[in-house]
Amino acid sequence: MSGHQALGGRILTKPFMVLMVIWLIGSFFGVQRFFMDGMGAVSNLNGGYAWGIWVVYDVVVGTAFACGGYALAIAVYVFNKGRYHPLVRSAVLASLLGYAMGGFGAFFDMGRFWQFYEIFLPKNWNFNAVMLEVGLCVAIYIIVLFLEFAPAVLERLGMRNAQNTLNKVLFFLIALGVLLPTMHQSSLGSLLITMGHKIHPLWQTMHFQPLLALVTALIMGFSIVVFEASTSAVSFGRQPESSLLSGLSKAVIGLLSFFLLVRVVILLLQGKLGLIFAGDLGSLLFLFEMALFIIPLVILLSPARRSRGSQLLIAAVSMLFAGAMYRFNAFLITYDPGPGYSYFPSTPEIMITLSIIALELMIYLVLVKTLPVLHSEA
Amino acid sequence: MKRRDFLKATLGGTAALVGAGNVEARPNLEPATEAVGMLYDSTLCVGCKACVSKCKEVNDMPPVIENGENAWDSARDLSGDTLNVIKVYRDGAAAVKDAEIDGFAFEKRSCMHCVDPGCVSVCPVTAMRRNPKTGIVTHHAEACIGCRTCMVSCPYNVPQFQYNELFGQIHKCQMCNQAGVERIDKGQMTGCAEVCPTGATLFGSRKLLLEEAKRRTALKPGDSYNYPRGDISKPESYHEKEVPTYKPHVWGEKEAGGTNVMHISSVAFDKLGMPPLGERSAASIAESVQHSVYSFMALPALALAGLTYVVRRNTNDEDEGGDA
Ligand code: SF4
Ligand code: SF4
Ligand code: SF4
Repeated sequence: MSGHQALGGRILTKPFMVLMVIWLIGSFFGVQRFFMDGMGAVSNLNGGYAWGIWVVYDVVVGTAFACGGYALAIAVYVFNKGRYHPLVRSAVLASLLGYAMGGFGAFFDMGRFWQFYEIFLPKNWNFNAVMLEVGLCVAIYIIVLFLEFAPAVLERLGMRNAQNTLNKVLFFLIALGVLLPTMHQSSLGSLLITMGHKIHPLWQTMHFQPLLALVTALIMGFSIVVFEASTSAVSFGRQPESSLLSGLSKAVIGLLSFFLLVRVVILLLQGKLGLIFAGDLGSLLFLFEMALFIIPLVILLSPARRSRGSQLLIAAVSMLFAGAMYRFNAFLITYDPGPGYSYFPSTPEIMITLSIIALELMIYLVLVKTLPVLHSEA
Repeated sequence: MKRRDFLKATLGGTAALVGAGNVEARPNLEPATEAVGMLYDSTLCVGCKACVSKCKEVNDMPPVIENGENAWDSARDLSGDTLNVIKVYRDGAAAVKDAEIDGFAFEKRSCMHCVDPGCVSVCPVTAMRRNPKTGIVTHHAEACIGCRTCMVSCPYNVPQFQYNELFGQIHKCQMCNQAGVERIDKGQMTGCAEVCPTGATLFGSRKLLLEEAKRRTALKPGDSYNYPRGDISKPESYHEKEVPTYKPHVWGEKEAGGTNVMHISSVAFDKLGMPPLGERSAASIAESVQHSVYSFMALPALALAGLTYVVRRNTNDEDEGGDA
């Protein structure tokens, strides 16, 4: 067998019920949004802030959280480190759910949701538009993730033939699974270019946007993998495998150093270093964000620290927040459309986002309990 | 090919994907051949809002009424129901018209009909279009998915979504030339220019309007000038007026590639709420980056080929090695 096991156990646990309540509250507002009053009634979106947390959290940050499958696929298949293999399946599931959540969020946010299919009609395509690339690429990637995860379902159903057929083309799906996130995660950065002066100068790096977006996606992807490695070990009551984690740590050290270096050199080249110490909101957020990137670097660079589970966890969490902060700062917190506009998400808006997350977690819990997802040796 | 070479090609292709490739920059777009537009002279505007009312009438939109005061439209900003609005700059006592200190000034906000429009560049479904001849930027709701990228990418926050309707749509000034209205195609001028009593909003070809704007900003303050009303190529009438102290700046000559609707004023444009723009349009930079990254899909295809090879090899290795 593949060595993957269903966790089993009761589905309707207390945490699960809490998630269900959150999901129900969000769904109530969802009904209001889609069937009664429209998005104005449930959100604080306005003429200046056309994008709020539905786009910036659910899509921009959420899909980066969902880059675990992407990061691991690069580590396992492209750089031929087959030893990470046991983790792939759970990483793919988390990615699938994360991207599906991004898709949900995008649909909640879609002003003219009833004609969403217009973006799939070639006659409409505008090849200059970054949003076209993001939209189509994410849609295809969700399908790819679904097919990458399908072996777990087929194994459970005992459909050996289908499983074998799929295994024959799996290498191509994996290659797509590396290419597509590279494309759309970097394009999320390009979106910032089109917003021009509305993006704070500390985050408006113009030509470098795609590169920085991609590196943050990888950093967040790897930290999610570290997370999953420990949770999977905990579920089977064992210590996380340290050779695995130290291998991942090396990749992360490289990425973090690269990001910090590029970030500072760009600001130097663009003559913006002075803004870092301006003492305004932008500079404080920038310093906070940089600290979040530096903390994990400090932890991981010391062999003594990185062998301790608790320190590793701090590093992983710090990285997740660092990447999320980078994207939140750039897209929303320092975003400035000009005088007369302000934005803070409304309660229903937040509840809708939370309900999508709750749904994602519920599905994850059900699937790891019923399908062979987690690996007993990871 | 050797595996190493493939690996290199893959990494090279993937690196180029994120912008390390050679960037063939696309310059700003040029003005359309027969670009039409408007010149708004803030010093002539008396704040009567006749243009706001006329705009609603032409576009069949309800007036926005505040405090039961319904003599004129009292919309304060652009919205799904308002394509044109007159805003007021106030400083201190706000006593002197067109003075930056202790003064006040008017500013018209409506679509600038950019020469290199951000909204057109970013719309994934081509629902924003620039007419190649007139340069007029129109919206086509039948394809629009409501992603609102046009809103975040318009330097002037012009496109507005009807958030308060279940089946809302994006609205913006289409220079009175959308299907069903077509005032420009019929040889008429824009509604707002037609009703402007002082010629503060003047209609015409971009070329003539730019000349007029430069002429005015070069005039000597205190002299008198004969100001046209309506359409600059065939003014309905003129009125003589003392020349104010113009700022030597025609907004829209160069900003982010220029606009077909241009503004002149006695008060600095940043005080009037205009955004801090350079000469290069964000659209031209984003498109340069994106097209050099994708080089019409050749790079992604190459990267995919390389990745497929490498992944296949590595999965085979595992099989041979007897994976646990
Ligand atoms: S002002 Fe905004 S909406 Fe009007 S053409 Fe320019 S980018 Fe488009
Ligand atoms: S909201 Fe509509 S017009 Fe604007 S960018 Fe999206 S699809 Fe295009
Ligand atoms: S050109 Fe027409 S649509 Fe545009 S502001 Fe003037 S009246 Fe309104």
